[in-house]
Amino acid sequence: MELTGIGKTYATGVEALRDVTHAFPAGKLSTLLGPSGCGKTTLLKIIGGLIPATAGEVRVKGKRVDGPGAERAFVFQDFALLPWATVLRNVAFGLELRGVPGEERLEIARKFIGEVGLAGFEASYPHQLSGGMRQRVGLARALAVDADIILMDEPFSSVDEQTRRKFQEDLLDLLRHRRKTVIFVTHSIEEAAYLSDQIVLLSARPGTVSQIIQPNVNRGSKSPDEIRRDKNYLDAVDDIWHVLKRYLG
Amino acid sequence: MRLFGKRIPIGASLLVWCAVWELAGRVGVSSIFPPLSRVVAAGMTILPTEKFHLAVEISLRSFALGMAMAICVGITLGILLARVETLGRILGTWVNVFVSAPISALVPVLMGVLGIGETTVVATVFLFAVFVIILDTEVGIRKADRSLIEMARAFGARNYQVYTKVLVWSALPEMLAGIRLAAIRGVKGVVIGQLLISIIGVGELFELYSKHFLMEEFWALVILVFAFAFLVSESIAYLERRVEYYASAR
Ligand SMILES: Nc1ncnc2c1ncn2[C@@H]1O[C@H](COP(=O)(O)OP(=O)(O)OP(=O)(O)O)[C@@H](O)[C@H]1O
Ligand SMILES: [Mg+2]
Repeated sequence: MELTGIGKTYATGVEALRDVTHAFPAGKLSTLLGPSGCGKTTLLKIIGGLIPATAGEVRVKGKRVDGPGAERAFVFQDFALLPWATVLRNVAFGLELRGVPGEERLEIARKFIGEVGLAGFEASYPHQLSGGMRQRVGLARALAVDADIILMDEPFSSVDEQTRRKFQEDLLDLLRHRRKTVIFVTHSIEEAAYLSDQIVLLSARPGTVSQIIQPNVNRGSKSPDEIRRDKNYLDAVDDIWHVLKRYLG
Repeated sequence: MRLFGKRIPIGASLLVWCAVWELAGRVGVSSIFPPLSRVVAAGMTILPTEKFHLAVEISLRSFALGMAMAICVGITLGILLARVETLGRILGTWVNVFVSAPISALVPVLMGVLGIGETTVVATVFLFAVFVIILDTEVGIRKADRSLIEMARAFGARNYQVYTKVLVWSALPEMLAGIRLAAIRGVKGVVIGQLLISIIGVGELFELYSKHFLMEEFWALVILVFAFAFLVSESIAYLERRVEYYASAR
């Protein structure tokens, strides 16, 4: 997944992004981190094909894309679940839009509901679930369409801290055996350092790639708490902070 | 209703009013108000008559046809008004004007164009009902969560799927509220349409009874029409509450 010279100027005249060029490594988790309003959401929506860029191009596996596609799936900050549909139907919604026949898509949906830890809630409605559970539904929906690329816009930002940590661990677990390319937007330095293989730091508006940090945390054999005490993890947090400090005040 | 600080169940308050009516009738306040018991008795004699069945059949048919057209046209136009900006600007104000306009004034014009018959009544029902459906559908669609639309697009929804899978469902509570109000207006439409034409349906009966001063039959018919309107609106309200429940997290 490559971006070349992406620029975005909104109709209002706001220049959100300028000349963003970056190649996201396949099968890795990359975070987009940057000051508030620097265009992270804008960039993610351009990658997802939800809004057009005003300059540059997005290539997926070498092919130029200019709209949503089956190889990319989205997880939304506000969950974006259908309030009138059950968890089961929500998770199957991406497949429903693609015309996958009923029983087959429900089967797939049930499998992923189990994987994100929501077994037993298939028949619940979103308003009966907590924020953390709703986002698990959002995640299951994105996994169910079996896209190679998963785009997540601050997925844990409306979830409390404890739930968030558990969720981060579960996310790493879920991704461990799948070769997914994940692009993850966050505000949290710790979250970025904890989850990422690669952190793309954006400058203040108009956003452009300012630095790339690779935490090199060896997650393979370590428990979450060990990772949070890992030297490379702590160094990454420090590095990010030093870059971001420049954009404050 | 409250009396001496106590809540009275709706059934009881209805009973009180029935009693008041009965007494007023017996005392003879006005020849327009016969006692309720005689009205009910008159109703019983009307119910089995051929003439009444015919009137009901014609009226229900006009109501159903007019409402069906109003629902189809109203929802379609409401969606278009909400989604096509120029259309919304051009037609929006007109819909607002017509929602509150005295549509009955148009019936004589309709009569001139469509003739004196069922078609005019259907058209009257349609005009009485359609605007409030347009308005409420438009509001519902506009209120639809933008991020749901974005989500559907992100998961590859085609244009029509955004409508059939997201927008329509998301606007369902408002659409049903509009249809309920429209149904009440539609009942008025049937009666007014038929009254002005005065040769078919329930309107003909109303005309007949009032001309011959058959007040008992007249009031019996009024009660029946009221009951019908109430029943229709309550059944839609029931649907509304169920939908509201599912959509409560919007
Ligand atoms: N639809 C829009 N029309 C006009 N301007 C917009 C629109 N969406 C975003 N912007 C502007 O573009 C800039 C970047 O917005 P964006 O939401 O991408 O930032 P962000 O990095 O995601 O911010 P945050 O960290 O607060 O989520 C902001 O200044 C915002 O005001
Ligand atoms: Mg954002």
